Amino acid sequence: MTTFDFLLQGMLVAAQPMNLLYALIGVTLGTAVGVLPGIGPALTVALLLPVTYRLDPGGSLIMFAGIYYGGMYGGSTTSILLNTPGESASIVTALEGNKMARKGRGGPALATAAIGSFVAGLIATLGLAFIAPFVVKLALVFGPREYFALMVLAFVTVSSAFGDSTLRGLTSLFIGFALAIIGIDQLTGQARMSFGVPDLLDGIEVTTLAVAMFAIGESLYIAAQGEQGPDKVEAVKGSVWMTAQDWARSWKAWLRGTAIGFPIGAMPAGGAEIGTFLSYATEKRLSKHPEEFGHGAIEGVAGPEAANNASAAGTLVPLLTLGLPTTATAAIMLAGFQQYGLQPGPLLFATNPQLVWGLIASLLIANFMLLVLNLPLVGLWVKLLTIPKPWLYAGILLFATLGTIGANPSVFELGMLLAFGVLGYAMRIFGYPIAPVVVGLILGPLAEQQLRRALAISQGDVTVLFTSPVAAVLLVIAAAALIVPLILRARGRGQVLSQLAANED
Amino acid sequence: MSKGNTPSTQTRRPDRAALVIAVFLAALAGLIFWDTSRLAQITSYSGIGPATIPFVIASVLLLLAAWTVFEALRGDFPARERQEFGPVIWIIGGLAAQMLTLKPLGFSIATGLLFAATAAGFGKRKLWFTIPIGIVLCLGVWLVFAGLLQLSLPAGPLEHLFW
Repeated sequence: MTTFDFLLQGMLVAAQPMNLLYALIGVTLGTAVGVLPGIGPALTVALLLPVTYRLDPGGSLIMFAGIYYGGMYGGSTTSILLNTPGESASIVTALEGNKMARKGRGGPALATAAIGSFVAGLIATLGLAFIAPFVVKLALVFGPREYFALMVLAFVTVSSAFGDSTLRGLTSLFIGFALAIIGIDQLTGQARMSFGVPDLLDGIEVTTLAVAMFAIGESLYIAAQGEQGPDKVEAVKGSVWMTAQDWARSWKAWLRGTAIGFPIGAMPAGGAEIGTFLSYATEKRLSKHPEEFGHGAIEGVAGPEAANNASAAGTLVPLLTLGLPTTATAAIMLAGFQQYGLQPGPLLFATNPQLVWGLIASLLIANFMLLVLNLPLVGLWVKLLTIPKPWLYAGILLFATLGTIGANPSVFELGMLLAFGVLGYAMRIFGYPIAPVVVGLILGPLAEQQLRRALAISQGDVTVLFTSPVAAVLLVIAAAALIVPLILRARGRGQVLSQLAANED
Repeated sequence: MSKGNTPSTQTRRPDRAALVIAVFLAALAGLIFWDTSRLAQITSYSGIGPATIPFVIASVLLLLAAWTVFEALRGDFPARERQEFGPVIWIIGGLAAQMLTLKPLGFSIATGLLFAATAAGFGKRKLWFTIPIGIVLCLGVWLVFAGLLQLSLPAGPLEHLFW
């Protein structure tokens, strides 16, 4: 069967009335939560994971797909109207979008962001559908050592290649690894780092850690900044419709943004936010109105927003085909799969094609729903933005703890939530990135497993890790990604890298 | 967590908070060494057992601790924004209260307390007003999630009135 047949089959799965309903609930919830200031896609997905607990795997993942795309959409509304981006991927959108909103062109800014996200989501999801089978074929010839090398590369790019400090990125990653050791060793059944506490034998739940670090850590950090007065929400004045000139200036930016964002997201390496910066720079260079940049140029919204959504779809390529999460959001989605005992990867395409293709098809459907939902409902989303901070954060913590209690109603689990929340707060104070902890926790055990398998095959010969050409090349790239930024920073060229930091929360 | 000494403008003094982080990392490494050393005897024929990777992780943590000390002494840590601890204590207190009252009093009351404490942390200190609101809201959430979505949220006296 060709990709097209698979996709058609997926459409049949996704178009079942119940699944359409799940997708609709997903996109609505995702947008509503994503639009809240300070909440990025990673936290949106983590907070809404419990809503899907009791559904069947198919329905749950379809709702999840909707939440993911909805969260991405919601984030752009926030950054255009509020100038406090919930995620660094939206910083660029805020740059021009908020300026446009202040000039009374908030409507067209939202429209170009929404339509650009739609175009990018559509192309990138189709890209995902057509690339995935090839990556799966490639992945099937991968042995443990190639997987291990791939994971090492992801570790380096997620933790230290971008951001402002190699030391702090690596420290975050290794804190994640240290937490990942906790529990029963998968190969020998020995309990590690559990100190006789039965609650620790299962290891640390990724969702508990993610919710604690993102929701509680962020709430504590915002609270600790004290009273700063209410953020100013720009009203959407005038028409939400784009003029002919807006269209003419936007459509090329959408396509360029997609072309930049998708490959970057699809690479099995972290840092999906880079695409938005590259797209912004490209638009600025190619624009016929360069003088408008910094004062509300519509290309500066259209391109990066498209790049953002395209790379979000792109991150699903390594996640679905290789089981490799390269962003915190993807790590939480992987946890969502694992709660049903599903391990994304090449095998999932073989054993559960209905599920995978149903998921991809429902991404397309979610994308359509968002376009229809978003523009007419923009007034409602704007209302959500004006919720006063005390109620907003009280609500966030209510739902953050709800998820943990729903998964495991134990005092111990809540204690861990509190402890990791405080850890997340402390890490924020000192400028440690959060995403590497989450990725380290979920990917660490998988990497250990692959390494031990590889060494078991070679009977303990470590050189085997470097003798496969694929693995060797990947490890060399990983080493370069670790060392080059170190040199750049030592020479005082680090600002560029810290701007590219993958700081999604 | 001293009051944001800015290393770039002041003379470079050792950053105490960063040294504390280094101690924490070293302690974490020590904990891993101590716990997994009893597993060191178990090795498979691959020469790598359940203790090998933890040893590697702990060793790297020690290196990172040393690197942190180095950066702390050079004053390379970024400047920190001033933190107000009152709100932080409100929220941590709320989370602790929820943790302790969840089993005896049920989801709505426990989480209502958390809700009110968080709102207090953000400036709404009228507890006589926020606690009832929080409890009613959480009861609504409980009815939706425990009732409709069948999530197992602990029930207390209040929830038993409805279910």
